[in-house]
Amino acid sequence: MKKSRLACLIWTFGVLSFFIFTSVAYATSEAYKENIYQVGTLKPIDSVLKVKVGDRAPDFTLPAVTGEKITLSQFRGKKNVVISFVPAAWTPVCSDQWPGYNIINDIFDQNDAILLGITVDNIPTLFAWTNQMGKLWFPVLSDFWPHGRVAKKYGVLRSNGVAERALLIIDKKGILRYIDVHDINMRPPLEDLVNELEKLQKQP
Amino acid sequence: MSLTIFSFLWIGLATSAFSTDPPPLKDEVLQKIILPIPKNPEEKAYLGLSGATTFKIQQIKAKVVFIEIFSMYCPYCQGDAPKINELYQRIENDPDLKTKIKMIGIGAGNSLFEVEVYKKKYQVPFPLIPDKDFVIHKVCGEPRTPYFIVVKINDDKSYQIVHSQLGGFPGAEPFLEQILSVSGLK
Repeated sequence: MKKSRLACLIWTFGVLSFFIFTSVAYATSEAYKENIYQVGTLKPIDSVLKVKVGDRAPDFTLPAVTGEKITLSQFRGKKNVVISFVPAAWTPVCSDQWPGYNIINDIFDQNDAILLGITVDNIPTLFAWTNQMGKLWFPVLSDFWPHGRVAKKYGVLRSNGVAERALLIIDKKGILRYIDVHDINMRPPLEDLVNELEKLQKQP
Repeated sequence: MSLTIFSFLWIGLATSAFSTDPPPLKDEVLQKIILPIPKNPEEKAYLGLSGATTFKIQQIKAKVVFIEIFSMYCPYCQGDAPKINELYQRIENDPDLKTKIKMIGIGAGNSLFEVEVYKKKYQVPFPLIPDKDFVIHKVCGEPRTPYFIVVKINDDKSYQIVHSQLGGFPGAEPFLEQILSVSGLK
């Protein structure tokens, strides 16, 4: 009887240790875990574009997380520009978009392009959020104040004050060559963006 | 009496642990995973598969299969990629283990293009399978990524999940030790 009680104790302790260990491993494995706000399914598009392919891209200057100010026209004659508007920091799809772009800087280089990431969040929020993505090679810009002014200028500011999930390509002459105001609930397939960049690069 | 108390204690602990953490996958769930056969002949040969359409995990010619559910958009998967590659190299460098353990990755929400970008970027040497519309991911209970599963395949092609965990990859050497231990290969 004593032997079986001891065996039972050892067994219970073993099981206890296993579950405690497992729980700790889960808790330390991923920084997004408790920090993503679930927004549910939203109206796919909730704004009206104010620009079209072939237009000169409206110029803007915005502060970057790194402290510098970035002006769109500073790339004119030097780089094609991809603008990635995403709706908001700490939301599911947005947190799962720029980290992918972060591993394809070679594709951007091959196509002589720079990426500008823009949200309407303020700088401290963007700083904390993008820190979870590792070191980003591209500027992250804040369109926080005056609130969403650039997004509004392009016609990608939604009625609740966040930006659409939109990708725009501007060529070296400053002309808009591609606009994808995507369903806010979905991530744009990477191949679509890369195909458009390659198409632009092949054109004289 | 004591046994009864201990049993209740165990059930309580187990319930508590499973209610706060994502539960490991169950055999019945894994059975529903049907994957496209890799088009690359080397990858197909690595897994010991025949045919041209689909396969189930238990059809892989191995005693143990390591599955990583990942995404090219997941910074933690990106960070772990070199360590997972090292696990592959350790297995392949061992003449005995290389015939017994195989590895695959499933790209949750990733198109074929996106999976190939990830494969090229991190020089991933084992097959990565796209799951563009999250179909497999959904069947797997929508785990966060990276999620690791170790499946033991028996001689009669029955199988069981012997280990699963969310993130926290400890490094190639300790994880290989864990695989060998939980699968009984050691």
